[in-house]
Amino acid sequence: MTKPGIDLTPLLRQEMMPTVWCPGCGHGIIARGIATALMSLGLDMDQVAFVGGIGCSGRAPFYFDANSMHTTHGRALAFATGLKMVNPKLTVIVPMGDGDSMAIGGNHLIHAARRNIDITAVVFNNSIYGMTGGQGAPTSPLDSRSTTSPMGSIEPAFDTVELALAAGATYVARTTTFDFQEMPQLIAGAIRHHGFSVVEVLSQCPTYYGRLNKLGEAPDMLLYERDRTKLLEAFGPPPEITREEMVGQLPIGLFRDEERPEYVDQYHGLIARAGGGKSAS
Amino acid sequence: MRLVQGNEAVALAAVHAGCNFYSGYPITPATEIMEMMARQMPKTGGVFIQMEDEIGSIAAAIGAAWGGAKAMTATSGPGFSLMQENLGYACMTQTPVVVVDSQRGGPSTGLPTLPAQGEVMQARYGTHGDHEVIVLTASSVVEAYRMTVEAFNLSERYRLPVILLLDAVLSHMRENVEFPDVPVRERVMPTIDENFLPFGPDAPFVPFGSGHHTVVTGMSHDETGLPKALAGQAVQRILRGVQDRLAHDAREITFYHEMELADADIVLLTYGITARAAREAVGLLRADGVKAGLLDLQTLWPFPEWLILEKTQAAKAVLVPELNLGQYVIPVRAAIAGRCPVESLGRCDGELFTPEAMVEAAKALAHSLEIGGVAHD
Repeated sequence: MTKPGIDLTPLLRQEMMPTVWCPGCGHGIIARGIATALMSLGLDMDQVAFVGGIGCSGRAPFYFDANSMHTTHGRALAFATGLKMVNPKLTVIVPMGDGDSMAIGGNHLIHAARRNIDITAVVFNNSIYGMTGGQGAPTSPLDSRSTTSPMGSIEPAFDTVELALAAGATYVARTTTFDFQEMPQLIAGAIRHHGFSVVEVLSQCPTYYGRLNKLGEAPDMLLYERDRTKLLEAFGPPPEITREEMVGQLPIGLFRDEERPEYVDQYHGLIARAGGGKSAS
Repeated sequence: MRLVQGNEAVALAAVHAGCNFYSGYPITPATEIMEMMARQMPKTGGVFIQMEDEIGSIAAAIGAAWGGAKAMTATSGPGFSLMQENLGYACMTQTPVVVVDSQRGGPSTGLPTLPAQGEVMQARYGTHGDHEVIVLTASSVVEAYRMTVEAFNLSERYRLPVILLLDAVLSHMRENVEFPDVPVRERVMPTIDENFLPFGPDAPFVPFGSGHHTVVTGMSHDETGLPKALAGQAVQRILRGVQDRLAHDAREITFYHEMELADADIVLLTYGITARAAREAVGLLRADGVKAGLLDLQTLWPFPEWLILEKTQAAKAVLVPELNLGQYVIPVRAAIAGRCPVESLGRCDGELFTPEAMVEAAKALAHSLEIGGVAHD
C-alpha cells in the first residue's frame, strides 16, 4: 500500500520543518509510517488529534497538520483519554518515547490498556533518552551503555509488547524502522482498530545509542535492527522463548488483534442507562 | 431550602455551571465531590472518569477541555501537589479548567480529616515558572456553590485554571441553603478564518475539531501556538497580557465581604472557613468597646492589594488569622508596608479558631499598641 512517490506533504505542517530530529534518526521514518497509514485510511485531518509527551518522539505532533497537543512528560495518554472521552469522533494518536511509555508514563499506559479506550499509542523505542543526551531508559537492553550506565546497564529492559499484552491492550504490534513495508500497515491497522492499540517501533538513535554502544552509523543500526529481530510467521502471541534465546530473534509482527468492549462505548452505554440523553460530544 | 454538604454544593454548582467532564482520584476530604459527579455526569450526558492518579486527573481534564468540555477535577493536599506540573501546563496553554482543593492538614499525609489553609501559597505559586492563576475560596455552603460557578465563569473568561480552595470542615459541613441563581458564562464559538490566532490577545478558546489545526504546547510559543524562534519574547508578551487583563479587571474579579470597617481600629483579615469565627469575634470586640472590623476575601489571587489598602486605610492594626503558620499575612504585610502593624494569628493543628481566640489576639494587639477601648492594667 505504500508506493514510493506518494505525496505525504498535505499531511505535514510545513512551517515546522525541518524537524528537530538528528540526521539518521529513526523517528522521521516512523513519522512517515504514520503519515502513510493516515493517507491510506483517507482520514480527514480535522478529525485527527496527535497528543505527544516530552522527548524526541514528543515533537511528532508538531509535524502533522492536524489537531496537535504536545503535553507533559509521560502524561500524553491521560490528556488523550479526556480528549477522546468528550470528542469520540476524533482519531487520537499518541506518539510516545521510551520514557513516556515505559518510565514516567508507564502507569497511564497500563490503565489506558486496561480500559481499552480507542487510542493508538505508537511507541518510538530507540533504547535511550535522546533529547536529554543519551541517558539510560527502561528499554535500554541489559549491559548496554548510556551516559547514566557508563559501565553497562545492570537493569533488564521492559518488553513493551509483553507489558501491553498483559495490561489488556487489544491490538499489539512491534516493528522496526528497517521493516518499513510492514510498519504503515501495522499502524493503519492500529488506527482502524476500535480499542487501545500499541505499536512499538524499534528506532535507531545513531547520535547517542549508536555512538555509545559502537553500533556504527544509521545504516549500520538499521541492519542491527534487522539482525536482532525475527518476523512472526503468522499473527499470534509471541513465541515462548527465554530472554537469552531472544537474542537475534526478538519477535516482531502483530501479536494481538481482538475485539473487547471499548471504553468510550461503555461509557456512552452508561449515559443511556442513566437517562442522560444528549452525549457530551 | 435544603440541607446540603459543602462538597455536594460544589458538585451541584458545577453541573449548574455547565461542567460536562469530571476526572478525579479519591482523596479525603474531597471524595464526595467525585462520588456526586459519578452520579451526576451520566445523568446530564457529561463524562465522569476515575483516573489512575491525580496527575492523570488534571491531564484528562485539560485534554477534555481541548475536546470541548467544561472540565473540573477536585482533590486535597497530596493530590494537589501531584497536579502542580499540569496546572502550569494549563496556564501555559491558556486552558479553562477548574481545580477544587479541599485543604487538610499537611505537609505530606498530614491530618487527612482535619481542616487547614496550608495551600494558599501553593495555589498561587505551586507550579514552576511565572504564571497567573485565579484562586477563590468560601466560608459557607452557599458560598461554595456561588464560588464554584464563578470559578467556571472566570476560567472561561480568562482561559485560565481557576482554583477553588475549600477545607475539610467546609467540605463536610451541612447547612440549610437556598441556592442562588448565579449567571453562567456560556462558551461562544467564534467564526474561524485563516488569520485566527488561537493564543492571540483576548482570543476565544477554540477546542479541537473546529477546523483550525491548533498546536497546543507547554513549550514557549507565540500567538499562533507554534514554538518558533524568539518564543521566549513571545511567551513573555502573552503572560504579561494575561497579567494586564487581570489587573485591569481587578474590581470585577475580586469577591469579598466586609463588616464594620468604616471606623475600625483593628481589621481582621480572613478568608475561607476562618471568616465564620471572625464575624462573631468582631461582634464580641465591638461589645467590649474595641472598634474591630472584618475584611473577608473570597478572591485570594490575583492578590487584591488595592482592596486591602483601601479597606485598611484608617486601621491602626491588622490581624490575619489563618489555619497555617502565617502565609497570606506575608503579602498583606508587604502591601501595608509598615503603615500599621500586621499580626499573624496562625495554627496548623487541625483545629479551627474560636471567636474567643480571635478576640484575645485582637485585644492583645490593641493593648500593645495602646488602641482605645482596651482597659490598661
